[in-house]
Amino acid sequence: MIIHVTDQAGANHELEGLEGWRVMEVIRDWGLNIKAECGGALSCATCHVYVDKDWMDVVGAPSDEEEDMLDSVGDVRSNSRLSCQILCSDALDGLKVTLAATAAKD
Amino acid sequence: MSTEITTDVVVIGAGPCGLFAAFELGLLDLKCHFIDILDRPGGQCAELYPEKPIYDIPGFPVVTGQQLTDNLMAQIAPFAPEFHFNRMVNSIEKQEDGSFKLSTDADEVFHTKVVVIAAGGGSFQPKRPPVDGIEEFENKSVFYSVRKMDDFRGQDLVIVGGGDSALDWTLNLEPIVNSLTLVHRRPVFKAAPASVNKMHELVAEGKINFITGQIAKLDGENGQINHVHLTTDAGDLSVPATRLLPFFGLTMKLGPVADWGLELNDNTIKVDTEKFETSVPGIFAIGDINWYPGKLKLILSGFHEAALMAQAAKAIVSPGERVVFQYTTSSTKLQKKLGVA
Ligand SMILES: Cc1cc2nc3c(=O)[nH]c(=O)nc-3n(C[C@H](O)[C@H](O)[C@H](O)COP(=O)(O)OP(=O)(O)OC[C@H]3O[C@@H](n4cnc5c(N)ncnc54)[C@H](O)[C@@H]3O)c2cc1C
Ligand code: FES
Repeated sequence: MIIHVTDQAGANHELEGLEGWRVMEVIRDWGLNIKAECGGALSCATCHVYVDKDWMDVVGAPSDEEEDMLDSVGDVRSNSRLSCQILCSDALDGLKVTLAATAAKD
Repeated sequence: MSTEITTDVVVIGAGPCGLFAAFELGLLDLKCHFIDILDRPGGQCAELYPEKPIYDIPGFPVVTGQQLTDNLMAQIAPFAPEFHFNRMVNSIEKQEDGSFKLSTDADEVFHTKVVVIAAGGGSFQPKRPPVDGIEEFENKSVFYSVRKMDDFRGQDLVIVGGGDSALDWTLNLEPIVNSLTLVHRRPVFKAAPASVNKMHELVAEGKINFITGQIAKLDGENGQINHVHLTTDAGDLSVPATRLLPFFGLTMKLGPVADWGLELNDNTIKVDTEKFETSVPGIFAIGDINWYPGKLKLILSGFHEAALMAQAAKAIVSPGERVVFQYTTSSTKLQKKLGVA
């Protein structure tokens, strides 16, 4: 499966995702600018992405715990998600996301 | 005037690895002082995952981050290490006699024979909201914590956030400010329900203003803000403000560790695997902050590193003294130190 990621500088990247991996792990593995400080434990919100409008329904809504975590970033939009909470699957082949400014490493 | 403290060992970072180091150092009669930017011990365990279970601590099939911290604190209590919280170590200087002088941002100076850097992933620092140019206002009219309440007296204050810090300071500062606006991105709060109820009462009484929205831009000059611009569902809004307190939680930054003249590997400090000493003799690095071939960033590894480091630290503090290797189970000498024999 392929995921399309736009980084903070506006560059597009086509990344090969692995079934069962978290989208955060794919982005990190490919060396893009994602801090992902807690490694996917839903404790940091430094893996914040905006999901492309066309993909919102497929990806689904964040859990209550994820919503709580999103309180700790200042640039939340209606399509905000934490990429460590999105699991790669065939249904998400072609997924498009954009890295939020608050996901950047220092 | 600065406070001067003299000790055997200063441990920078009170995360799990630093805490266990106090045990190993204590068994060898070395006195240690801790310095941490957080307001409590536990490092990542306490800050990032206090409630989450850890499964790979030997002897504990499961333990939460906070329980592990509490247990480590109980384990080191017999050695009475001293803690200096809410301070950042800014500099380490080697003295002519081989000892070290450490300075903190709270104007303290520590004189010590040994330094143990257990700084983990770096120091925890407030998350900065993504607002252009916010740096120019920081520590002048934009603050990430309240050090002196008086700085807020008579001011037009905007507080941003929905957690305990945001709500606690809303309630504490309301009586002394000129006006207070609380901004949160949604009407749901993570804070203690009693604080949330009290906040709603103050809104109903007209004493504070609550706006659902996010902070977009700051106006002002020479470090002094005069307006905070917000984006809300109903459109953009501008609130007059002379003080801003954003509470978005903490994030780890390597910080001054990088400037201490130690040999680094990426963002970690190179050490040997015999003593876990850095490129500067007398300065050790244990836990997540160090690097050597095969390093695993696990709490378990940091515990092992602490034990070996302590032996080497002893040789520096008490040169020439023979250290006999003993088990805590069978040595009455060690048990006396622990207060159990
Ligand atoms: C969500 C999550 C789950 C994890 N699960 C596990 C697990 O199951 N098993 C496991 O073994 N590990 C786990 N880890 C990793 C584990 O937490 C780390 O290995 C461990 O915390 C490292 O301990 P430490 O003492 O080296 O540093 P830290 O815990 O990072 O503590 C470092 C301390 O030093 C302070 N500090 C740094 N620089 C300065 C300075 N200049 N001045 C003052 N203070 C400073 C910091 O504020 C911090 O309190 C997990 C981590 C996370 C985030
Ligand atoms: S990586 Fe920390 S919340 Fe996703």
